[in-house]
Amino acid sequence: MVIEFYLNNEKKKIDIDASARLLDVLRENFGLTSVKEGCGEGECGACVVLVNGRAMNTCMIPVASIMGKSIVTMEGYKHTDRYKAIETGFMEAGSVQCGFCTPGFVMATESLLNQNPNPTDDEIKEGLSGNLCRCTGYNMIIQGVRLAIEKGAGLW
Amino acid sequence: MKENISKSILRVDSRKKINGEAKYISDWKFDNVLYAKTIRSTVAKAKILSITLPEIPAGYYIVDKNEVPGINRMQTVVSDHPVFAENDVQYIGQPILLVVGPDREIIYSIVAKIEIQYKEQEALFTLEEAEKKSTVFTDYHYRKGEPETVFQQSGQLIEDEFTTGYQEHVYLEPQGIAAEFKEDTLFVYGSMQCPFYVKNALLDTMDLPEDKIRVVQTITGGAFGGKEEFPSLTACHVAIAAHKTRHPIMMIYDRSEDILCSTKRHPSKIRYKVAFDKNNQVLALDVDVLLNAGAYNGLSPAVLQRAIFAAGGVYNIPHINVRGRNFMTNAVPSGAYRGFGAPQTIFGIEMLFYNIAVKLGVDPLEYKMRHLLKKNDPTSTGGQIREEVKLPEIIKKVIEKSDYYNKLKTNKKYQGIGISLFLHGCGFTGKGESVINGKITLEKNKDIVTLKVSSVEMGQGAETALRKIVAQTLKIPIENVIYGEVDTGLVPDSGPTVASRTTMIVGGLLRETAMEMKTRWNETEQFEISKRYEHPKYLHWDDDNFSGDAYPVYSWGANVAEVEIDPVSYEITIKNIEAVYDVGVPIDNRALKGQMQGGIAQGIGWATIEVMESENGKLKQSNLTDYKVPTSMDIPEIHCSFVLNPYEFGPFGAKCAGELPSVGVPPAVAEAVANALNKTINHLPITPEKLMEIDNGN
Ligand code: FES
Ligand code: FES
Repeated sequence: MVIEFYLNNEKKKIDIDASARLLDVLRENFGLTSVKEGCGEGECGACVVLVNGRAMNTCMIPVASIMGKSIVTMEGYKHTDRYKAIETGFMEAGSVQCGFCTPGFVMATESLLNQNPNPTDDEIKEGLSGNLCRCTGYNMIIQGVRLAIEKGAGLW
Repeated sequence: MKENISKSILRVDSRKKINGEAKYISDWKFDNVLYAKTIRSTVAKAKILSITLPEIPAGYYIVDKNEVPGINRMQTVVSDHPVFAENDVQYIGQPILLVVGPDREIIYSIVAKIEIQYKEQEALFTLEEAEKKSTVFTDYHYRKGEPETVFQQSGQLIEDEFTTGYQEHVYLEPQGIAAEFKEDTLFVYGSMQCPFYVKNALLDTMDLPEDKIRVVQTITGGAFGGKEEFPSLTACHVAIAAHKTRHPIMMIYDRSEDILCSTKRHPSKIRYKVAFDKNNQVLALDVDVLLNAGAYNGLSPAVLQRAIFAAGGVYNIPHINVRGRNFMTNAVPSGAYRGFGAPQTIFGIEMLFYNIAVKLGVDPLEYKMRHLLKKNDPTSTGGQIREEVKLPEIIKKVIEKSDYYNKLKTNKKYQGIGISLFLHGCGFTGKGESVINGKITLEKNKDIVTLKVSSVEMGQGAETALRKIVAQTLKIPIENVIYGEVDTGLVPDSGPTVASRTTMIVGGLLRETAMEMKTRWNETEQFEISKRYEHPKYLHWDDDNFSGDAYPVYSWGANVAEVEIDPVSYEITIKNIEAVYDVGVPIDNRALKGQMQGGIAQGIGWATIEVMESENGKLKQSNLTDYKVPTSMDIPEIHCSFVLNPYEFGPFGAKCAGELPSVGVPPAVAEAVANALNKTINHLPITPEKLMEIDNGN
């Protein structure tokens, strides 16, 4: 099946088995390895990308369903000002340890702030609750999000 | 101005991890790569009668025990695990053979057609059955004082028993490994803690000369002990496949395969007998530690040693008798997990003291404090506590910060507060550090210094900490200190990245070497200095009788946990964690806090929601949908602070840190739950179902 969609703001066309997981298509057909597989079951959020601006688990999305949609991965997102604010926030707060969960958390943060630029602590926790981190105990990730909001004032 | 080592700096590896450029092993590409899929036993114990293979298409291969060039055993403490099963299988998930080829779909179709006939045999599943049948792998013993005499003479005795369950590491990056031959040299790349363990295992299995094997650690997405011994097995698998096919081989587990067959924290049962003096002080302790090692002994003897040496906790008990046994069951082998046996026994001893205090009607913390170890006291193995024990200061701080006594008074039913006191022996147990005899190299080239160590960055911050130690010693910017690629062909064996030893032992060596380098800083030629670890001479250890200094020094801590229990669902909410530690001197305050918070989160998980059970040798949990680990909703704000207590042989005074938080928090949570319901908690994890039973008096 031929799927047309936007990937990091570029129009793409691919002929592929409709049931292929978006995760595999991004990693293998497009070489976008910032998208990680942590569970393959929609539980960990390591494979999250933005689908029309919303954080979604690519391991649960058959590629057929992205027809005409816009997909943004870290490879594209990292060039934005919003990303810079999140990067600085995460670096300064110590949000990163092993890093395997981190691109997913960045995507989840973008999605959260996009919908709610001024979340409370509880809203941050809830917004990130689809992403697992085994290293940090979350405190410093939440702090990273808070710092990102500060650094990126006016961007969301 | 003197720089403060504890002042936080930015992690050197964070940007590439945030922007997604960091390449983990599953992100690597090899030309002409073949993928490997493992066929595993589906039964708990059996003879293999026959293996029927479908027709194997050209370019696809079967790799099994017959392809092993050297010894078909994975090298570790006890090298008893076959690399590939021979004529029998001992647990569900045991590797039998690999299907290897270029297309994963075709591999799966071959896998689906392989038929294995078994003759099943009677298997052993639980610790109880194993104890009854005495399937003992290892039986250890040690004593201090004259416990037998005291028990004979003592009138009143208390007995108590504690049990704990499995814990799965859930490093977010599943196990992954690759191998290739470049001419006649074997290269293995992967997510791992101990490149030289892997290399040594390959030496046995591949029958290659030492200089023909290179093991390269790739960016590692969490490990926590789960990538200590296990990658030695998968490395052998891919190496044998590469040897047979002469193609690069890649093997990345998905989460369910990882959970099925990788090592876990040992389930345990710990029995205590206590004798008292006339003031109700604990006079003698008899401890019986039982660990479920699973089907092969592997690393379990080392875990058992740490477990039993921690059996007395932070208490000075005059007479102590400790027995520890690893039992064989037909279950997936247990192995290293952050804390390495100590979380089980520290949970036991803390809850024992709590239960005794409640029975005696005295304040638990006050009762615990009556028994605290202090400087110069003997350890339970007859060694000596050589450092200032700052527990009184730690306790004072933690109870003030948490408002412990006030809350203890004002808490209503279903609200609880608990406190744990704990320690962790730094570095390898016993003569481990002398055996490893770790070596490091520092190389200077103009104003650039390269540090060469086999310690790996696996998320814990080793790269930043070690570079920072060297940079601050030499007074040069951290950018001028390079962390050499961890490749066994390029770095000396500074030991495995385990036992909270990296900062203290390897960092200590680096600091010493950097100080020497500083005196030669003006030399213009490139030069390098290597150093080997030497165990402090005043330490003595007798490995046959387990007597002497099991560790050179200890780190200490106290945690307060506050919980709230839902009166209907019995779900536990952790409201607050207050933690105070003595880890010598923090090498980086923020990095260390991150370690502590992460370790606490894992400890909370083990104590509450992380349920892993096995039924007839089969794990009931097979993925992250049914094995739940804490999310951001489950973890409260965790407050950490540090009490300084420099250790003379640690770099800038640092001691061990990484395991301490996972050792310490579970009993604080359990005490808080016990306190909330006014009941005793003798088992982890504390699930709502069990709690409901306990509260209803069953
Ligand atoms: S890999 Fe998609 S949610 Fe875990
Ligand atoms: S940093 Fe390792 S899982 Fe989050």
